[in-house]
Amino acid sequence: MNTVIIQYNAGNIQSVLYALERIGMTAVVTDDPTLIQSADKVIFPGVGEASTAMQYLKERNLDVLISELKQPVLGICLGMQLMCRHSEENNTHCLGIFDEQVQKFTTSIPTLKIPQMGWNTICDLKSDLFTSVPENSFAYFVHGYYATLGKHTIAKTDYIQTYSAALQKDNFYGVQFHPEKSALVGEQIIKNFIAL
Amino acid sequence: MLTKRIIPCLDIKDGRTVKGVNFTELRDAGDPIELAALYALQGADELVFLDITATVEKRKTLSELVNKIAHKINIPFTVGGGIKTEEDVSVLLQNGADKISINTAAYIDPTIIKSFAKNFGSQCVVLAIDTKCEADGKWYVYLNGGRQKTDTLTTEWAKKAVDLGAGEILLTSMNHDGTKQGFALDITATLSSTLPVPIIASGGGGESAHFYDVFTTGKADAALAASIFHYKELAIPDLKQYLNNKGIPIRL
Repeated sequence: MNTVIIQYNAGNIQSVLYALERIGMTAVVTDDPTLIQSADKVIFPGVGEASTAMQYLKERNLDVLISELKQPVLGICLGMQLMCRHSEENNTHCLGIFDEQVQKFTTSIPTLKIPQMGWNTICDLKSDLFTSVPENSFAYFVHGYYATLGKHTIAKTDYIQTYSAALQKDNFYGVQFHPEKSALVGEQIIKNFIAL
Repeated sequence: MLTKRIIPCLDIKDGRTVKGVNFTELRDAGDPIELAALYALQGADELVFLDITATVEKRKTLSELVNKIAHKINIPFTVGGGIKTEEDVSVLLQNGADKISINTAAYIDPTIIKSFAKNFGSQCVVLAIDTKCEADGKWYVYLNGGRQKTDTLTTEWAKKAVDLGAGEILLTSMNHDGTKQGFALDITATLSSTLPVPIIASGGGGESAHFYDVFTTGKADAALAASIFHYKELAIPDLKQYLNNKGIPIRL
């Protein structure tokens, strides 16, 4: 199994690598197009700001490369949001793999903090990504923007409103939460992705 | 539903856990990695590692320790203690820390909050405040581990720090810390109601009811404790079950 983690100007890339190592797997962290294209599995992580990350990807033609990958691809957090069509975060045109829109959380209730930070449940799970993951399992989220519900939604979470906790279209998967930080549930999801 | 977080805190000196731990099932009670792994297994929602190593030379061991923790622990963790520069932050994040916590250094030079938030994201910048309620009934900021009083009100410093980009506040009440008589509910609720970021309450948690109080009356998003967990006065699974039974949203 040859897994590649796409290296770009976003945080938490090491965390994803360490999570794979914890479950006895390994990966190469790289932005080399040849290595990415020849990988069995591609993980597209990310914590950061959408427009800066998209600019970085475009400068290296990684935007086109990612969109054309045929093997299973897993976007995490910002990675998933960048796979959507458009993000309200600095009005960023994204990769357009998923039709769902990325919008900003807004609320007038002061005790609902933005970004959402912490453990929340995922439900209406429908994908091989969630094999052996029970309904209403807890996952760890940190995000101020969310993907709307749509035809590619494969998991839902409630915070301020119901939104897409995960998306899937063909070989492209995305999770809003951080499986690499979501204890045993997260490890199961990573195992499931590697087993696709 | 987003759940309230229970966060054990481990004080680290020269790569070892201090403050005494009392876990008979651990081969080595001073090994922070083993203790952290146990807490993660028991359902801790996050962990905080506070480095209290005195000398700069020995701080290098911290990044090595963080790397080992990151390889072992499958929940988020924060590292604090002596962080002053972007280089300090970068090394810790590269080694797998999810968040860093700053205290006195941020008070002395608040611009580091802004630069850390810009370069690494607000979500990883935790501002720790040690605070004390004085005879005038007002809460003041203290520095250097509580040894140095300032004339700054905690509400003012917290607001300024959030405006500069702090993504979370770790609030420790010196009046309550170590007493096991409950958290500082009023100042915690004040900050939580007026600031847009999560508030982690610290200091005074002695029994399950105190955690219930700080999540309800205190409006805290998370609660941190050290010795009650280390000395097994309160087990994390029991605490979380209690809170769940009382209707607090908790990850079980």
